[in-house]
Amino acid sequence: MSELGHLRADFPILRREINGAPLVYLDSAATTQKPQPVLDAMDEYYANHNANVHRGAHTLAAEATERYEDARSRIASFVDTASAQIAFTRGATAAINVIAYGWGLNHLREGDRIVVSVSEHHANLVPWQMISRYTGAELIYLELDDEFIIDTSNLEAVIDDRVRIVAFGGMSNVTGALGPVDALVDAAHSVGAITVLDGAQLVPHAPVSADDLGVDYMVFSAHKMLGPTGIGALWGKPERLEELEPLEGGGEMINIVERYHSTWAPVPHKFEAGTPPIAEAIGFGAAVDYLGRVGMEAVAAHEREITAYALERLSEVPDLTIYGPKDVTKRGGAVSFSLGDIHPHDLATIVDQDGVAIRAGHHCARPLMQYLQVPATARASFYLYNLREEVDVLVGALMKARKVFGLG
Amino acid sequence: MSQLDELYREVILDHYRNPRRRGTLSGNHLHAEGNNPSCGDEFALDLVVENGVITDAAMQGQGCSISQASGSMMMDAIVGRSVDEVEDLMRKFKVMMTIEDGDDPLDPDRPGSVLGDLEALQGVRKFPVRIKCADLAWATLEDALAQAGR
Ligand SMILES: Cc1ncc(COP(=O)(O)O)c(C=O)c1O
Repeated sequence: MSELGHLRADFPILRREINGAPLVYLDSAATTQKPQPVLDAMDEYYANHNANVHRGAHTLAAEATERYEDARSRIASFVDTASAQIAFTRGATAAINVIAYGWGLNHLREGDRIVVSVSEHHANLVPWQMISRYTGAELIYLELDDEFIIDTSNLEAVIDDRVRIVAFGGMSNVTGALGPVDALVDAAHSVGAITVLDGAQLVPHAPVSADDLGVDYMVFSAHKMLGPTGIGALWGKPERLEELEPLEGGGEMINIVERYHSTWAPVPHKFEAGTPPIAEAIGFGAAVDYLGRVGMEAVAAHEREITAYALERLSEVPDLTIYGPKDVTKRGGAVSFSLGDIHPHDLATIVDQDGVAIRAGHHCARPLMQYLQVPATARASFYLYNLREEVDVLVGALMKARKVFGLG
Repeated sequence: MSQLDELYREVILDHYRNPRRRGTLSGNHLHAEGNNPSCGDEFALDLVVENGVITDAAMQGQGCSISQASGSMMMDAIVGRSVDEVEDLMRKFKVMMTIEDGDDPLDPDRPGSVLGDLEALQGVRKFPVRIKCADLAWATLEDALAQAGR
């Protein structure tokens, strides 16, 4: 067993009790808990360096700017890219919207096609529906194979030369399935389409080298990787960021403003209109520092182990169905399941009585729920701070749920 | 009784597994739909109101035991009652779901206490995030009755 258990001491919230039992936090796919160094970095900024960035010549303004830009460069190194290729956004959703509007509105027209997969999070679906409506481009779906992975067996049939964009997730927040990045990138590029990778669930859980993935754009989110809410990142190949129009206009994102027109600041600043979430950027930087110290290989290995253990233990629970790959090399640590005729909300309520936090619902992926032919699922998701013992507590609580519902 | 046993009373599980009047109505009827977007519970209702009396009703929907059992119990409670009586029932249900521990709006001596099986939903109060599940069917009923022009 890889031993990351000692890290738990860094997470104040993990000392909490819920309904008289120690918190068992199995909802990291929704948002992760924050370690003390992230909290401290944000506090320290407000206590000692608070000022607006990129304006003013005073010392605090320079310190704030330096810390903000330093965070950008740490995040860039974390995904193995250049600082200028990371633009801060409000989160993964906001970053996808920048791409959808900034690229889609300016490049798509009737007769074009946008390809997404049926397992996408609403964040990587709804913006494309909107752009489809505005431009007349058609939205086309990739289906899944029998391991819940995006089906790449017949890609030529879907990805033809009408396709301009292929947008897909690096890891499903529901099934945990990893996205077939290489196959989709090859298929898209062979017809001259661009690729958009929703990395919200990938970047927190595996070593990622943005430049090596081959995609044109990638997005990710701080709060899913030990950082604060309200900040995420848009990554793009340099030429893609150049051709991407900003979605928001305002201060900070301009070069020269005339009465009737303006020119934009260079990449990445043209995407950062208005005062950015400065403390959050600094917290994001501290989060990737933390993950870097642990090592993403170690994080991924720990998650594989705990996920393998969870899949094994859950399969011992009678009437339990898992929706996702069984093979831990094809998946991450988000495990969706159902238990007999017990509705997932009832399950979540029952296990919460034992301090276990799992998520129930459609997980912002209604088309996937329809594809799976379930109204909702329960989901346990794991991160570097989870322990095998917590899987045992979950399984015990699920057995209790069976009793409450008279399933024995 | 533990809070969980209080929430998942036998009668609730029975209504969840054997919902009353599940189906659709043909002929002239009112129809209303409701859902909780945050959790995905869905409830829909067909209703016949004749001369101020609910003479027939059918429910559709899917969701957690609380939302569906609440709907099923509601069906039992409203058919054959006048709209006035049902509006009184809706008020009493609302009161039951919002009062603090200790009060008892279900005092059997209260004139016109009509909740019956529905009292089993009292346990939901201890689970504030689930109250909206219990309320869903009732909000849908309110919509349907609003169409009746009341
Ligand atoms: C796969 C996936 N994409 C996108 C998002 C949205 O991310 P954010 O909360 O940063 O907007 C999430 C999380 O909710 C997610 O799991």
